[in-house]
Amino acid sequence: MKNKAYAGLAALGCLLFASTAFADQPVEWQKGLQPAATSIMEEIRWFEQYTLWFIVPITLFVLLLLIIVVVKFRESANPVPSKTSHNTAIEVVWTLGPVIVLLFLAVPSFQLLTKQLAPTEEPELTIKATGYQWYWGYEYQVGDNPLSFDSLLLQEGDRAAAGKEDKAVYPRLLAVDNEVVVPVGKHVRLLVTAGDVIHAFAMPSFGVKIDAVPGRLNETWFKADREGLFYGQCSELCGKDHAFMPIAVRVVSQEKFDTWLAAAATNVGEANKALMASVDGAAKSVAVAENAAQ
Amino acid sequence: MAGTSAAHGDHHDHHEHKPLTFFQRWFLSTNHKDIGTLYLIFAIVAGLIGGTLSVFMRMELQEPGIQIFHGLAQMVYGFQGDAAIDGGKHMFNVFTTAHALIMIFFMVMPALIGGFANWMVPIMIGAPDMAFPRMNNISFWLIVPAFLLTLMSMFVEGPAGAYGVGGGWTLYPPFSTSGQPGPAMDLAILGIHIAGASSILGAINFITTILNMRAPGMTLHKMPLFAWSVLITAFLLLLSLPVLAGGITMLLTDRNFGTTFFAPEGGGDPILYQHLFWFFGHPEVYILILPGFGIVSHIVSTFARKPIFGYLGMAYAMVAIGAVGFVVWAHHMYTVGMSLDTQRYFVFATMVIAIPTGIKIFSWIATMWGGSIRFTTPMVWAIGFIFLFTVGGVTGVQLANAGLDRALHDTYYVVAHFHYVLSLGAVFAIFAAWYYWFPKMTGYMYSEFIGKLHFWVMFVGVNLIFFPQHFLGLAGMPRRYIDYPDAFAGWNLVSSYGSYISAVGVLIFLYGVFEAFSKKRVAGDNPWGEGANTLEWQLSSPPPFHQWEQLPKIK
Repeated sequence: MKNKAYAGLAALGCLLFASTAFADQPVEWQKGLQPAATSIMEEIRWFEQYTLWFIVPITLFVLLLLIIVVVKFRESANPVPSKTSHNTAIEVVWTLGPVIVLLFLAVPSFQLLTKQLAPTEEPELTIKATGYQWYWGYEYQVGDNPLSFDSLLLQEGDRAAAGKEDKAVYPRLLAVDNEVVVPVGKHVRLLVTAGDVIHAFAMPSFGVKIDAVPGRLNETWFKADREGLFYGQCSELCGKDHAFMPIAVRVVSQEKFDTWLAAAATNVGEANKALMASVDGAAKSVAVAENAAQ
Repeated sequence: MAGTSAAHGDHHDHHEHKPLTFFQRWFLSTNHKDIGTLYLIFAIVAGLIGGTLSVFMRMELQEPGIQIFHGLAQMVYGFQGDAAIDGGKHMFNVFTTAHALIMIFFMVMPALIGGFANWMVPIMIGAPDMAFPRMNNISFWLIVPAFLLTLMSMFVEGPAGAYGVGGGWTLYPPFSTSGQPGPAMDLAILGIHIAGASSILGAINFITTILNMRAPGMTLHKMPLFAWSVLITAFLLLLSLPVLAGGITMLLTDRNFGTTFFAPEGGGDPILYQHLFWFFGHPEVYILILPGFGIVSHIVSTFARKPIFGYLGMAYAMVAIGAVGFVVWAHHMYTVGMSLDTQRYFVFATMVIAIPTGIKIFSWIATMWGGSIRFTTPMVWAIGFIFLFTVGGVTGVQLANAGLDRALHDTYYVVAHFHYVLSLGAVFAIFAAWYYWFPKMTGYMYSEFIGKLHFWVMFVGVNLIFFPQHFLGLAGMPRRYIDYPDAFAGWNLVSSYGSYISAVGVLIFLYGVFEAFSKKRVAGDNPWGEGANTLEWQLSSPPPFHQWEQLPKIK
């Protein structure tokens, strides 16, 4: 498998661009992509590192040539300029060289693109996300009574009431009142649209970003491979509160998801509180691990 | 380039004319050099305004939380209390929008095309003036009201209860139609319309001039590369701007006359607008950079005292960039929900552009290779351009991949990328051109010390602004955000400091201009020596009011 052959390169790259493991939100002074929670994001991260192995040397090569030129061919070092203005061989080289580099980039690039847009599995759960000025509405297409609720930015004043005082787990501008809840390891189909202007649904750890366009129903998918609380933000300018309509997805076990779904049918708020209570211990230990790592 | 045996221009200004009054010379001007000067002054003024807006944005983003825009909204619009917060949030979007529109339409384009190309292309090709001098005048006097309309839009109602256009320079509907019903958007659209008309007239003028008025013996394949770059740019303008005009006219009718071109409830589609916009928008970014390519070629050749390496390859690389630039537009739209095959095509086509761009970078280096380089101010700006444009170019290759763009689309990674090619590319080319041709245009020599100080302060400043933005983008910080999660604070602080340093750089630039005009050091006809062999260096500095009364003959 070619991917495995490249894995060594990617691992080296990860050392260069190390970031806190298992954080599902950005961290201070982060320099690389967020850690993956889906296989698609895993591949995006791999591909990003892979492209760096081409573009960083190319940039350094250009820099090196410039330094050589500046040192060796300054007026004091080389008072008489040459008159060379053609060299067919070298011109062919610097035309075909980039072609080869681009072929090396294109092959994994197309593979990644195909995986993103042509999933091979059937969806096991369908959720519809609708962008509004300035919040998200979610709809679960399950059973006879589709579940729907809105998800708004968690206001600082509501932290205590919501039991979301821990800013490491519920960061400012990322935490919401009602998270989207999905089961781990299940292929989730996401339908995305908007009710007023264009928004964009983005979930960095999942490798998902798709525009929410009024009058259109966009489709994407993800399959989270670990539990946790994941954050994203609206990614298409939509007005004054564009920066204040985050996206939060809570990935839980199928069992907890089923319990939550049954409870949410009658009361979303209470279902969320119950779910929080059942995952609370785990979430807190992750937060502690993060703090210890910092 | 081509060797010349030119007759010197006549030094006796307007010997057959009555002297022009100030009003006649500067308001009714039909002289390409005077109009070029007007364009340059206009670009400096617009650049200062657009740059000030960006410093305000960086002040806001220096720390998490809303820092200054509620105060600005209170000062400018008179909002009080919570309304000031809301007004400030929208005002931030107005600033991002105006910054982009001003820098693109009223700074870079007027400086490179209206300013330097107007000044130098007729001289370089051995023509007495532009083909249509009066059209040249109207081109300039359309850009002024266009700018005023755009500025005015910041002070009238946009969305209900807020002022100005806050939808980004792309003006995507429905946020630009039903989302902002106030007259601000109409003023901005009108401003862009008029700026577009100005550019189309200018493009027609350049194409006609370059194709018909070259001196005897100057075939296209002997024409200086700056003239080549402007010819290609003019074709891009001529072909792309009418599409923009169509798109924003549909916006206007959707807004005011009940049509539904972009409204799904009437059978329209918001994505149609994006296709129309980017069919213009992508060629537009090459419009911004191609003249810079031409300028850097001249400067590198002049100060290396060597002819351009691979002249024909350089010229046709620009033709290729211009042509392929028309068929890659939807790489700005990878997340709108296009089909797999559509995305595959745009990935492929976009990557192709890296090839002619690589040819240009390597040919510049090959031009310097073996040369005898003098590090004058324009040369250090040109070398800075080559390196920083490379950095912006390679991140562009990354973003071309739709699969990776999924993670980076609409993040600060994109902001970093396009500022590396424009703010550190096109703007560096503008400053390089400024110092290169300043002695020719004014007759005065600038101060090398101030010019180099300007370069180094800018170089440090802009890299501090934009390099950390790569990290912010990778970490997932979306664009056009007035406030961000606290984790993004560190790199944003660095970026803001870079912005203040760059602002100091701009002040040094202004002081350098003042210093040069007050010291009045005589530059001479050709301060750059034998390397400067294009036609403008055979004229006096400044050139006569009408040059080439006897056409130069090109061997």
